[in-house]
Amino acid sequence: MTDVTLMSPEKGTTPARPEVPSRSSLESPAPPSASRIRMETRKLNFFYGKSQALYDISLSVPEKSVTAFIGPSGCGKSTFLRCLNRMNDIIPETRVEGDVLLDGKDIYGPGNDVVDLRRRVGMVFQKSNPFPKSIFDNVAYGLKINGLARRAEMPERVEKALKGAALWEEVKDRLESSALGLSGGQQQRLCIARALAVEPEVVLMDEPASALDPIATQKIEELIYELKRNYTIAIVTHNMQQAARVSEYTAFFMLGRLVERDRTDKIFTNPGQKITEDYITGRFG
Amino acid sequence: MNLAARRRALSHFVVVLCGVAVLVALLPLVLVFFYVLRQGITALNWDFFTKMPKPVGEAGGGMANAVVGTLILIAIASAVAVPVGLIAGTYLSEYGRKPFASLARFTADVLNGIPSIVIGIFAYGLAVMPVRRFSAIAGGLALGFMMIPIITRTTEELLNLVPSSLREGALALGATRARAAFSVMLPAALPGIMTGILVALSRIAGETAPLLFTAFNNRFFSTRLTQPIASLPVQVYTYAISPYEDWHRQAWAGALVLVGVIFSFSVLARVVTKRLERMHAR
Repeated sequence: MTDVTLMSPEKGTTPARPEVPSRSSLESPAPPSASRIRMETRKLNFFYGKSQALYDISLSVPEKSVTAFIGPSGCGKSTFLRCLNRMNDIIPETRVEGDVLLDGKDIYGPGNDVVDLRRRVGMVFQKSNPFPKSIFDNVAYGLKINGLARRAEMPERVEKALKGAALWEEVKDRLESSALGLSGGQQQRLCIARALAVEPEVVLMDEPASALDPIATQKIEELIYELKRNYTIAIVTHNMQQAARVSEYTAFFMLGRLVERDRTDKIFTNPGQKITEDYITGRFG
Repeated sequence: MNLAARRRALSHFVVVLCGVAVLVALLPLVLVFFYVLRQGITALNWDFFTKMPKPVGEAGGGMANAVVGTLILIAIASAVAVPVGLIAGTYLSEYGRKPFASLARFTADVLNGIPSIVIGIFAYGLAVMPVRRFSAIAGGLALGFMMIPIITRTTEELLNLVPSSLREGALALGATRARAAFSVMLPAALPGIMTGILVALSRIAGETAPLLFTAFNNRFFSTRLTQPIASLPVQVYTYAISPYEDWHRQAWAGALVLVGVIFSFSVLARVVTKRLERMHAR
């Protein structure tokens, strides 16, 4: 028996680099200097109890574009994402050092309202988490709790959000039925609609398509592509092709550190660091 | 006998043992049910629900006052225990990591194990002594105190089963912690909590001891909450220890009604849970 049978094909061969689709670089050629920085971290350190998960992360998320966070499991990219809307606050014994700025204002600063922050910085989770309520009530939830719409305006706002998430045509005849009856991909788009309903400025997505089949994944990606016209998006993904397809900027994380962050086409064709190239070409991770 | 055969025999023996244990566990329930049914059915008629007790020596009459009294007591107990239990359980599940929460959890478990007669004495001291009068309120309070720990713990346990991704989803939309708990987590756990409430209700519906010196008893029809009130368990107890043949028959009928009430609570719990779950999944 030889060792060859035990080796996985990825390790045995060097696969081609994921193809960078031309549309993103052609249609949205905005250079980094031209777009305004929406969110920014400065020397961000994060601790779960005594163990440090993030080291000195300084990173910016430009307006109306998609910034992808990639890196091997446990590299801190999700933790980083969750620092951007203070979602880690609910985990006991965590600690943040450094600054996270939204439009230049520190979101961890004193007197900053975390509830208002989360309204402005929406989030879509890895596993779709619709509430066990009707489709309508799911989308209306954020509007209700934030007092953003009067009762009479609700249907209009819900329709707008569902259209924004490319789900309206599929659910318009069954708004009152339970959201749990939708397919996985529809549930995830419902969660996106729910996040859009409160008209956030930034949308954080934590591996939004990782639990979906390829067709549903494609729909989500097309949606992300549409959304960046109006929203600033930060997305964590395990799927490097996905990062290459949907994002303008890519940040590569390793062991809690930011290795590099650059335009996506540059990261995927000519990365600044050897280790980034090794990861992208599948030599490890 | 070889090893394989011995193992097979042992396995067989254990299976039979398990079956016997199940039979022993179920037998009392079946026997009680059928015995009460046989004894009670003869005295059970429409009069039992609509007529008042007759004076000693006069045949017939019913327990209308006790049937209504029991319903009133259960209503008071629920009015006290359901809100307190729901909110306390939500607290334990949502915020329950501090020392105070574990103390509260432990206290609820202890309270659940306290003999019901002691709860009765407590309610006596709380609601009877100060006003120097037995009352429906005191009885309802006593029963409510018994329900609170059951509802609290059920609510907590069922909330813990709701995936925390739902809480995160609500928080990410700008919900406050409390808002997420009451508008998302609690409704998601509601089918199970309903069962918990109905289980608590059937637990207290047949309690006699806490009522003996709180609601006391009442030979007359009363719906006034500040007056002593009749209840089925106490009426059954009073009739059963009396020397009159006719009262004994009525006590059996009362026991049957109680068993019926508790049985229907259990059935209702199942139906409601199923229906709510289906509503959620649709």
